[in-house]
Amino acid sequence: MVENNRWGNILAHTILIFGVALVVFPVYVAIIASTHPSGTFLRGTIPLLPGGEAWENYKTVMFEGRSRAGTPPISLMLWNSFVMAMAITIGKLSISLLSAFAIVYFRFPFRLFFFWIIFLTLMLPVEVRIVPTFQVVADLGMLNSFAGLSIPLIASATATFLFRQFFMTIPEEMLEASRVDGAGPFKFFKDILLPLSITNIAALFVIMFIYGWNQYLWPLLITTDPNYYTIVMGIQRMVTGGDSEPLWHLVMATVVLAALPPVLVILFMQRLFVKGLTETEK
Amino acid sequence: MASIKINNLGKVYAGDVRAVEDINLDIADGEFIVLVGPSGCGKSTLLRMIAGLETITEGDLFIGDKRVNGLEPAERDIAMVFQNYALYPHMTVYNNLAYGLKNRGFPKDEIEKRVQETAKMLEIEQFLDRKPRALSGGQRQRVAMGRALVREPAAFLLDEPLSNLDAKLRVQMRLEIKQLQRRLKTTSLYVTHDQLEAMTLGDRLVVLNQGNIEQVGSPIDVYNRPESLFVAEFIGSPSMNLFSQADLDGPTNENAAKHLPEGTDILGLRPDQLLFEAPDTPHIRLDCKVALYEPAGAESHLYLILNSNGQHVTMRVHGEPPVHEGGDISIYAPVSAVHPFNSTSGRRTD
Amino acid sequence: MQTKKMTFNHRWLPYLLLAPQVIITIIFFIWPASQALYQSLLRQDAFGFRTTFVWFDNFQRLFVDDLYVNSLKVTLIFAVGTTLLSMSVALLFAVMVNKMIRSRDAYTTFLVWPYAVAPAIAGVLWWFIFNPSIGILPYALDMFGINWNHRSNGDQAMLLVIIAAAWKQISYNFLFFLAGLQSVPHSLIEAAAIDGAGRVKRFWTIVFPLLSPITFFLMVVNVVYAMFDTFGVIHATTEGGPAQATNILVYKVYRDGFVGMNLGSSAAQSVILMAIVVVLTVIQFRFIERRVNY
Repeated sequence: MVENNRWGNILAHTILIFGVALVVFPVYVAIIASTHPSGTFLRGTIPLLPGGEAWENYKTVMFEGRSRAGTPPISLMLWNSFVMAMAITIGKLSISLLSAFAIVYFRFPFRLFFFWIIFLTLMLPVEVRIVPTFQVVADLGMLNSFAGLSIPLIASATATFLFRQFFMTIPEEMLEASRVDGAGPFKFFKDILLPLSITNIAALFVIMFIYGWNQYLWPLLITTDPNYYTIVMGIQRMVTGGDSEPLWHLVMATVVLAALPPVLVILFMQRLFVKGLTETEK
Repeated sequence: MASIKINNLGKVYAGDVRAVEDINLDIADGEFIVLVGPSGCGKSTLLRMIAGLETITEGDLFIGDKRVNGLEPAERDIAMVFQNYALYPHMTVYNNLAYGLKNRGFPKDEIEKRVQETAKMLEIEQFLDRKPRALSGGQRQRVAMGRALVREPAAFLLDEPLSNLDAKLRVQMRLEIKQLQRRLKTTSLYVTHDQLEAMTLGDRLVVLNQGNIEQVGSPIDVYNRPESLFVAEFIGSPSMNLFSQADLDGPTNENAAKHLPEGTDILGLRPDQLLFEAPDTPHIRLDCKVALYEPAGAESHLYLILNSNGQHVTMRVHGEPPVHEGGDISIYAPVSAVHPFNSTSGRRTD
Repeated sequence: MQTKKMTFNHRWLPYLLLAPQVIITIIFFIWPASQALYQSLLRQDAFGFRTTFVWFDNFQRLFVDDLYVNSLKVTLIFAVGTTLLSMSVALLFAVMVNKMIRSRDAYTTFLVWPYAVAPAIAGVLWWFIFNPSIGILPYALDMFGINWNHRSNGDQAMLLVIIAAAWKQISYNFLFFLAGLQSVPHSLIEAAAIDGAGRVKRFWTIVFPLLSPITFFLMVVNVVYAMFDTFGVIHATTEGGPAQATNILVYKVYRDGFVGMNLGSSAAQSVILMAIVVVLTVIQFRFIERRVNY
């Protein structure tokens, strides 16, 4: 029997519902925790049903922050994260599109050499060159700035390769036809190549935005001024910032706010997300 | 509109691969030239060199009176129809037609006027707002034609424009292209490997083989008097029967040989030049076995096997022939019908 | 590496187009990496006054340093644990979801979004759930007589970070396994059924072997993830503790370089990490059919 049978189906659904519960559980707990007053966490275990302090808690983290622990209001950190994520995303997409255009549509000396330089970035994640990269950024005076938060991260071999791959699938005749139609390199790029790449750009946008938003180590290294804290790294300051037990209801409200934007991006652009993910990595 | 003059044109790719060799051709203003040959013969390369899509490595190319060797495609005042149409998938039909005009800085109302006129001529007005994706193969083909027409160029270059259509549409578009060209009188170069298209479309055919011109002439000249063995085999369907002199024995054939030009060792006979009865004039006699009779309506094909060497012979007959499969038969052809060739030079001997 | 057959002719334009990418790469990637290579051969004295060239001494010291050897071991356990846990759970989910017709998209939606959660946040979430005094799981485990305290128990701390790291990565593995399962031709399954293979046998003899390229690819990706992208998980929760039990290599480089200010040793560790990434990248490109043909 190749068709699904009844019991097999019930078993599968059971496993999946259990699985979904397992995947959702930590976030559910966080949301619940963010609705309780601080007193709840002083006794017993984490509650599993919502409390009544949601508005109060979210308002506190959004606009007051915790000056004692040295963290600014979450609204500022959210904004910082957004600016950083957008700058990284747009930067990556722009310079990768340009590089791929050069590599595919031009023949010039040292083409392969440049290709390998870009390829090298794949092998050098921030994590393996932490200290010297920090020194470079410090020497350039880019600590505590949006430029410092974004520019060093926008080199992208992955995006360049993806666009190169995509450009190679565009029929030769597309360039020939546009040249007969009188288009030079700039016109061809703007009128033909960019519009044709739009789905790929959108798919990569989703992936890159999440990548940018979730940066952790990098902002941790180069921001000492709380005004440039991003939300993902700011949470760590809240958890370990004080001597006492963290204020869990506020931490969890922050966690929810930090995770919300990229999660919404995935949920609303699931198709593009899946396309971006499978094509950048395969 | 313009004439095209091709002098000693050649193309050598890196690594010394020769695609096209020493081509000379004068194309008159308004002429419809068909470049025909098997795949890899260099016909597309030649066309693309004229378009400016391949660099010219040897010789000169003139469009009008201007030498255009080093010019960009857009500067040559040509338009091209591609085999796969190469329509811009993200633009509407209107914008596909308008793009070349926009790039050339035409004023808006002139673009509008030309696009509308062209669309009307090709009966694609109702599709102007659609994207190519939403069109059928035939409609896309028309848009591709339109993109070339709208520019009113000095010359049209068409690279196997019908090969992606089904058989019925192909015949219809073939007619339309012919009529359009008659009306517009724009110099046109048309590349195809389909000899039927070549015969029906061209004012003149240029038969290419391995980067060389084998023959240039009107379709009927090329059919009636193929200058080389290659042309003889390539043009005409079913293709010409070629017999080696050595395999034709018997007194009749020995007598016939005396009437053939000197140096002839290959005799070519078209399938429709073979007869069931011996003519009075000197003639060739072929003793065969009937392998297969293939009725196809008005005319039929008879496949025979020559007794002397077992080679296949194709004969075109009208009505039902007086034969049965497996039986013996003798067929004949007058010496005057023979296309005489020399196997060493590959050329015609008369 | 190919280009289009036809290209634009322009003397300087391609260099201009490449310039932003290449300049950023050189300044922020290649220069620092070569600095790390250089510094890994130097040693500074305690006050930073004097720097001496010590050849491979920094590396030699690392491999006799118990803390570093421990970190290697911890990283290995962490990477293998995260990869195995995440991939097996994801495969199970993918196989089940692939059986579904109407509910497939709904389940997929519910399973993909953890990808968007930053590793550090994933760490904090599980850290909270496992919190020894108020967490729900320690409370539940207590009923089974298990005393959970990742603040003092190294194994439990390791388990915690593995769970947090694997949880986030399930989405990724799930999507790739699901795509792989959907590309298995249905006719093969039918042929196997006609050949008398049962449900379970069909999976292990037909489907799973066909998934092996994806499985291998995911193994490499997951190991890379566990080794390099999980800094946040550790940093936001255990901070390498207790007693070095979760001090993975990436975290140790950071600690030694920034907190300990031991530049030579940190640089040497960076170089070793670089070597690991290079090897993993080469494996990824060599043994897996990559879409990039260069």
